[in-house]
Parts: sequence; C-alpha cells; structure tokens
Amino acid sequence: MHASPQSSIGQKALMAATGLILLAFVISHLLGNLLVFAGPEALNAYALKLRHMAPLLWLARALLLLAVVVHLWTSIRLSRQNRLARPVGYRRFRPGETSLSARTMLLSGVLLLAYLVYHLLQFTFHTTDPALAHLTDPLGNHDVYAMVITAFRNPWISCIYVVGMAALCAHLSHGFDSSFQSLGVNNERLLPLLQRVGQALSLAIFMGYSSIPVAVLLGIVKLR
Amino acid sequence: MRLDAKIPAGPLPQKWEAHRSHLQLVSPTNKRRYRIIVVGTGLAGASAAASLGELGYQVESVCFQDSARRAHSIAAQGGINAAKNYRNDGDSVERLFYDTIKGGDFRSREANVYRLAQISNAIIDQCVAQGVPFAREYSGYLANRSFGGAQVSRTFYARGQTGQQLLLGAYQALMRQVDAKTVTLHPRTEMLDLVVIDGHAKGIVVRDLVTGRVSPFAADAVVLASGGYSTVYYLSTNAKGCNVTATFRAYKRGALFANPCYTQIHPTCIPPSGQHQSKLTLMSESLRNDGRVWVPKQPGDRRLPPQVPPAERDYFLERKYPSYGNLAPRDIASRSAKQVCDEGYGVGPGGQGVYLDFAEAIARLGEPVINERYGNLFQMYEQITGENPYLTPMRIYPAPHYAMGGLWVDYHLMSNLPGLYAIGEANFSDHGANRLGASALMQGLADGYFILPYTIGDYLSTVTPSSVRTEHPAFTDATQEVTQRTQRLISIRGQRSPDAFHRELGTLMWDQCGMTRSEHGLKQALARISQLRAEFWKDLKVVGAAQQLNQALEQAGRVADFLEFAELVCLDALHRQESCGGHFRVEHQTPDGEAKRDDSNFAYVAAWQYQGDGQPPTLHKEPLVFEQVQLAQRSYK
Amino acid sequence: MRLTLKIWRQAQDNPKGTFERYDVDDVSPDMSFLEMLDILNERLMHEGKEPIAFDHDCREGICGMCSLMINGQAHGPDRGVATCQLHMRRFKDGETIVIEPWRAKAFPVIKDLVVDRSAFDRIIQAGGYVSVSTGGVPEGNTIPVPKPAAEQAMDAAACIGCGACVAACPNASAMLFVAAKVSHLATLPQGQVEKDQRVLRMVEAMDQEGFGNCTNHYECMAACPKQIHVKFITLMNREYLKASIKQP
Repeated sequence: MHASPQSSIGQKALMAATGLILLAFVISHLLGNLLVFAGPEALNAYALKLRHMAPLLWLARALLLLAVVVHLWTSIRLSRQNRLARPVGYRRFRPGETSLSARTMLLSGVLLLAYLVYHLLQFTFHTTDPALAHLTDPLGNHDVYAMVITAFRNPWISCIYVVGMAALCAHLSHGFDSSFQSLGVNNERLLPLLQRVGQALSLAIFMGYSSIPVAVLLGIVKLR
Repeated sequence: MRLDAKIPAGPLPQKWEAHRSHLQLVSPTNKRRYRIIVVGTGLAGASAAASLGELGYQVESVCFQDSARRAHSIAAQGGINAAKNYRNDGDSVERLFYDTIKGGDFRSREANVYRLAQISNAIIDQCVAQGVPFAREYSGYLANRSFGGAQVSRTFYARGQTGQQLLLGAYQALMRQVDAKTVTLHPRTEMLDLVVIDGHAKGIVVRDLVTGRVSPFAADAVVLASGGYSTVYYLSTNAKGCNVTATFRAYKRGALFANPCYTQIHPTCIPPSGQHQSKLTLMSESLRNDGRVWVPKQPGDRRLPPQVPPAERDYFLERKYPSYGNLAPRDIASRSAKQVCDEGYGVGPGGQGVYLDFAEAIARLGEPVINERYGNLFQMYEQITGENPYLTPMRIYPAPHYAMGGLWVDYHLMSNLPGLYAIGEANFSDHGANRLGASALMQGLADGYFILPYTIGDYLSTVTPSSVRTEHPAFTDATQEVTQRTQRLISIRGQRSPDAFHRELGTLMWDQCGMTRSEHGLKQALARISQLRAEFWKDLKVVGAAQQLNQALEQAGRVADFLEFAELVCLDALHRQESCGGHFRVEHQTPDGEAKRDDSNFAYVAAWQYQGDGQPPTLHKEPLVFEQVQLAQRSYK
Repeated sequence: MRLTLKIWRQAQDNPKGTFERYDVDDVSPDMSFLEMLDILNERLMHEGKEPIAFDHDCREGICGMCSLMINGQAHGPDRGVATCQLHMRRFKDGETIVIEPWRAKAFPVIKDLVVDRSAFDRIIQAGGYVSVSTGGVPEGNTIPVPKPAAEQAMDAAACIGCGACVAACPNASAMLFVAAKVSHLATLPQGQVEKDQRVLRMVEAMDQEGFGNCTNHYECMAACPKQIHVKFITLMNREYLKASIKQP
C-alpha cells in the first residue's frame, strides 16, 4: 500500500496542478498582451524586458513545457482508462448534472493543443510567415506590436485566434473549479462559488484575448 | 424428549456472568482448526461471523443477497434499546428486562431476557467504537428517543436508518475479517438443507444462485441467522427475499420450531394501494412519538382530514390507553387500528387506514425539528403515496413485520440438535409473544457479538475439529435430495407462477391467522393450505433452467417451504387456546377486547418436532418459570 | 396506462445481448416500477418465456440491491430515490421506456439486468472499517462527537452501495462510493486513527477493480438515491493527498 501519482487521485492531482500552472501563465500572458492597447512602445518594451530576463524566462518556459507534457500525457492516460472502464455503452444515456464544457474537455483540449502549436509556429518560431521575424521598431528591437497587428489584419488568422480562445474558455470553465475539487480544496458552499468564478474568469480571459484581433480588424488598434 | 433450556442456577442478575466464566474454551491455536458456517449476514449473522473470525475460527458466511451488506436488518428504521439511563429518567437493566418481559406478554424466558438487558449497554459501546454515526446532542454525547412500550427514553438512533448503520458496522467488521482471511464470503448462495450426522449438525447444502450448482459445506457447527418468516403472509414489511427455508429445513432435519404462531403485526405501515402490491412499507414506530393516531368519529366520513374539527376526531389510542397513549405496544396499537377499521371508521381506499397526524407536532416544534427527526420517512411516504405528510396526515395500517417464533434454542442459543445454533430473529428466545420496538436490533447484536462467541466454544471444545468431510454419505444424500427437489420444481410445467401461489397463501394466512384468529378460521385455513400445497406440486410453472440464475426457481423453493410451514403456524395458533401478545384468539379476550392469557395452562414454550410428511408434528412443552416477575395482565391504560 | 418497454436481455455466459420490446397495458399509476416489471414477468412466464432477471430485495430504498438504468438515468428520473421507490405516476401514458443494466467493466452483467457488484465489497474489505474487535472498547459516551461531525458522518454513511454513482458516471468511476465510506470514517474520532492507511488502501483497491476516473461531472451526486454530496469526493482527495505526503 503506497500513494502513487499513477493512482486515480494522483492523476487527478497532476491534472489539476499542471492545469493551474498553465492557467497562471494564461493570465500573465494576457496581461502582457493587453499592453497592445497602450501602444507599440509599451508592448515592445515589455517584450524586451522579458528577453533581458532570459534565464528566468527559460526556466518558466521549461516549467510550462513540463506542465503541458504532464497535462497532456495524463489526460491521454485518463481518457484511455475512462473509456476502458465502460466497454459496453448505454443505448440511452441522459446525464442531468454535467455541463457541456465538462463533457467536451477532450475536444476543447485537442483544439487548444492545435491552436497552441499554430500560435508557437506563428509568433515564436515565425514558421508560418518568416517575414514577421524581421520587423523592427525605431529602437531597432523586434517589433512585436507590428507583428501582432500585421498578422491580425488577416481575418482568417484572427478567426483562428478567436476560435482558439473559445476552446480555452470552454476548457477553463470546467477546468477551473475542477482543479480545486481534485486537489481537495472545495466544500458544499465553495462548490457553486468556484463554479461561478471559473465561468466568469474563463469568459474574462476569452474576452481579453479576443479583444486584440477584434480591435485590429475594427481598426481600433493599428500600425503607427 | 425433555427440553433442557440449560438455564444456569443462581440469582437472575448473576446468572450470565457466573455462567460465562465456567464455559469451556477452545485454545487460540486450536480455534483455526474449527470451521463454522453462518447462514445469513444480518445483524446477528454478520456480528457473529465477524466476532467468530476475530476469535480465530474459520468462518464460512453464506447469504442469498449479492452482498452481505444488504440483509434485511438494513431496513430497521427507529433505533436500538439500551439501559444506559443517559436521560436520568430512571432506566436500569432491571427496567429494560421488565419492559421486555411484559411487552412480550410473559411468554419469554426470564434468564434470556435478563441477559439481553445486561448486554444492551455493551452493544452501544461496540457500535460507537465501530464508527456508527448515532445521533448526538450538541454536547457531543449520545442522544435518545422514546419508543413504544416504554416510559423511559432509551432508544439510540441514527436518523431513520438505525438498522442500516448498525448493519454497516457489523458488515464492516465482517469485511475486516474477510481481509484477514478468517471469514470466507459466499454471496448469492442459498442454504437448502441441513446435514445432521449422528445427531450433530455437521454442515449444509447450498445452491449457488448464479451457476445453479448444488454443493455441500461441511463444518463443526452451523449457525442459522436467517431471519424471520413474515413473508408467509406474502405482503409484509420484510424484503422480497426473506424466507423460512433455512430454519424450516433444519426443522425437517429434527430441530424444534418454537412458537411459530407468534408473529408481529406492525401498526404503522403504508396501506396497500391495489392488487399489484408486492410488499408493504413500514413507517418507523418512532413516528408515534410525535404523531397522533386518529379516525373520524363519524363512520365513512369522507372529508379531508384538516376539515374534520378536533371534536369530531377519535384519538382512539389516547382514549383507550391514557398512560401510554400513542406509544402503546405494537400488538395493541395494531389491533386497535384494525378494530376501528372493521367498525367502519377507517380512512382511505377500502377504509383500510387510520390517520397519523403531525399537524400538532409541527405547530409545537416547527417544521425543521420534525424534518430533522423524520425527514427521510416523510420523503419515503410522499414518494410512495404522492401525498405530503407535512400538509396532510399520513394514512397507516398494520402489516406483518416480525416473527417472534423461530427455532427452539437453549440458553446457549443452541437448538436441540447439538452443533446447530439459531440467533437473531431466526430463534424464538427473547421476545415472547410480542416484541417491543427497537429490541430486534438489540437482540440480533447481543446474540452475535456477545453470546454466541462464548457459548459456541463450549460445544466445540467437546468435538474433534473437521471430523466429517463432504464425502460422507449424509452429505451426498442431502445434496442429491436438494438437486432432485430443485429439478422437480422445474419439471412440473403447470400453469401458475410461484408468485401466484405465494399471494394466495399469504391472503389466506392474513385472513385466518393474522391479527385475530379463531378456531373456525384456523381449521379452514389448515384445510385450504393442504389443498393449495397439492395444487402447487401439480400446477406450478417455472420457466428457465436450474443451472443458472433463475429467480422464479428460487421463489418456488421458498414458497414450497412456506406451504408446509404455514400449516405449522396455524397448528400452533390453534393449539394455543389463549390470547397473548401478537397471538389474539377471538375466543379469549377480556370484556373490553384485550388479550386474555391463560397462565395456568399455557405458560410454556410450544416446540414442535417434525414427524415426517403427512404426519402431525409432536408438541414439546418447555414450561416458563418466573422467578422474579409477577405474571400480570398487561395494562397500558 | 399503456407503455412500451425496451429491455436489455442477455443470456447467462453470453457476452452478447439485445433489446427486446414489450408492450404492457393496464399499468396503474400507483404501481411501483418493479411491480410493473413483476406483472410483465408474470405474463412472460404464462407465455412460457423466461422472465426478466433483475435484482431487488427490500423494495423500500435501503438495501441497495435494485439497479436499472431507466431512460438513460440511473434509478430513473426521480432524484433521491432507488428504482424500487419509483412509481409509475412518474411516466406518461404511451411512453417508451428503455431499461438497461448498470454498465461498467467492474460490474459485469450476469444475466439480463443483473450485474455483479462484488467489486464494492472488495473495496470495503481493503479498509472500509475501524479496526476494532468485539469487546474491549470504551463506554459509548467517553469520546464526545461534535454534533456537526456526527451529522456529516451520517450524511456520508447513508450510502446504500447500489452502484448508481458508477452507472451514472460518464467514466464509470466509483469515487463517490469510496469517498462516502472514507469520509464517514474520517469524520469521526473513532475512525481518525487509521484514516491515512484507509484512504490509501481503499483507493488502491478501487483502482485495481477497473473503475474509471473522476472528471468532476457530478453525475454521481445527481443519481445517488441518498443524494450523497460530491464534497465527500473533495474530502477523499484531500485525505489521499495528505496521506501521500505523510507516507510517500
């Protein structure tokens, strides 16, 4: 008899802990991105500051990568186990309590992963449009502001981002309170509260992120 | 045959303590060489199997349910008695003893009942230690409530699920022993015969209810904890699976059956709603603590209950029994309810019901308090009837509930067959002719935790362990008989289902051998039962094979035994020409309609011995000697 | 009432089964659901057909023997009741009702609607008790139990072990069942002594039986005939993680 991260509850805890780490990133990333509304100087300075903290940045990136890998790997294992647990399904199955977002965690997760890959290829590795890598601002630094706006002026790309953020919103609106439940931080009174906070937070994150491509398309934020 | 109850000498309060110290013991190293079969996993069976396992015996635990946790003790709602005197209301072992003897209408053994009252306190301690979530006061100390037939508050409870919680405690103790490998579980397994070798019980024959395999189990002792036989009435508060087969098969192998006519009809059950009714649901007696029982004074009054003004209501229990009021013992409350219904005052469909009204209690205590005390019962009532008892009074009617009769056992809980024990509802020992509320749980656990584990060693120390094997001809014969009987049930291929026969038998028993009995009615019933039995063996229809799960076949076997057993109940009722407790003979009543005992002629235990098919059983009498209590007419007025 | 029933029929020792259609007339709204099946079974037997096997015993919602997935809901449409307490007044005349067994790898079908739930017994066997033997215990009032703790323990202990939580869970997880027992005992002072070992062992036993994992849909709570709250799963998660830290 021993505790194990491979046990059912161990895996739940892993999902929850890595999920919360990723959520923390999502929030801080959003706060940084919103600097786009403050103008190119603010955003580019922020990007530069991040680069100057390289060791810390790499540490954070490693942690995030690890979190993504563990989150993914555990989710694959769990889905497999859950499918095996009911080899013969019901003809009629009418859940009455669960939410759409809870039932579509796998779908929203896969969408999110696809989005993440695209996002990294586009803005981090500049594979989709190498030209984006060579934009420079008047100070001679990488012009993140111009990169974002150039990309989002393409409605298709903006659309991908909004859809990606919708998947994130769906994923988080179940994942948020679920993480606390799995880590044993919940009770009868807290449960509905956490559920509401989770929904509000994921909606706020969705609106926050989506506001950028929308603002670009509407011409509210433009190249200067 | 001389029935020796083996009651130890000495003054009543010291008998058990003194006797216990002189019982023979089995050494710890030898215990594991003895095998004991326990049939049934209710309070008595589970507590016995667990305790015997803890002592180190090899225990085989058999139950027909799919898990030991489902035995029908689980349905007991109200509570369990103990003489703790926590309420400082004057309770004592002496008083619990006297209440139980009096409640049983002076038809039980003094020594057994005294021991039960003495042990009652240890049961509470044991259950608390197991983690049974008894109701608590704000101080954190145990709470109590009052119950029928007592003027002190001595009943411990866990909401309306006391039986469930006590059973889960015993089940958990049992599972701990399964883990320790002292107990082996055999769920979905039904005992269909007892094997007796040289006069000693040496094993049983079982049918695996999933595979249909019939097989013998050998042991050094057999404990029957198979419950009561109220389902002989078809409609009862018992579970559908409850049956008499284990004890009746033991009877057919020579064990004596005692007082089969002592059956308890519980006053507070939900009335039947139609022909389809398959069982009746009990509403805990604890409801009578706060509910008031009444009927309209006008026969056939069809007004809605709240529209009947107080002056036009007959609170008949309070009127007839002013000192106990709505808490009169079960037999008396049931009979009074039947009486007012028979006189045409009944309410609800068919006039079969009386009101149990909480309006006053709700006004006095508020809905939250009532909800805390009875919430789950109210919910259960509404689910079944579609009526909300917070708004309209419940309708209740008596229903068969408990069997005081059972296998005859001595002070050691051993039957007349050495090595065969009967505990809990399966024996006859402690409740006389009527059981008080919250005493069944007490008796089941007393037998299983604190009596049998001592007394069984006294017997085992006299026998060689594992002296017989299942290769013995007695086992092969019994196994073959069971196989043949099972096969025969399937091969009749008549027209009527086991359920149809069971229903007909049940109606007959309820009408003629239920709450009131008469010589004429009993004789009619006896004649009809033997006809019905003949029809059964000619016209039974069971579809499906014997070598697999076949629920109709299981029921057929049980009904076949009931069709013989019912005769024994009627014979016993016919021979007992007096009224006592749950046995009410119309010929024997006081001018105001109360049960009239005949102590000079019937102060004995009637133990019946099987004499072969078609032969009348022989009656043996164990005189009831009262050293301490004065026999008196029970009065709850 | 007239009803059309589509019932899963599966012969013993045959992994394959099918839905059979039965039309029943003369159903009274006052009947219980199981009484309606009784009547169908009587008819089937009359026609020489094998009756439908289904588990039941107490028929008052406490033994936990009855099961049945009714129209895609464990124990049917009513909340807080077992199948045996469900009454036909809950259905509409002319309705079609689909009746299936509990579906889970850990609950193999034995025949028709009867499944094997012995996995639950094995989980309890792994530590769902206080390790106290008969005798040698303190007087009942020696250890006071705060009323709220006693009430919470009772809320959890109300579990009847029917398996509806597993049946209703999209993942066939047994977390609510295990959590109810873990919480019942961990809430009481009598059960706290061995609570770490208990939760670790019981979760290990649960995992070995092949139940799915909890993804917090809370369907179990909705299906539970005793309405046991998922807060007990939180409590079990917490107890498990705490125990893991203490004894890795």
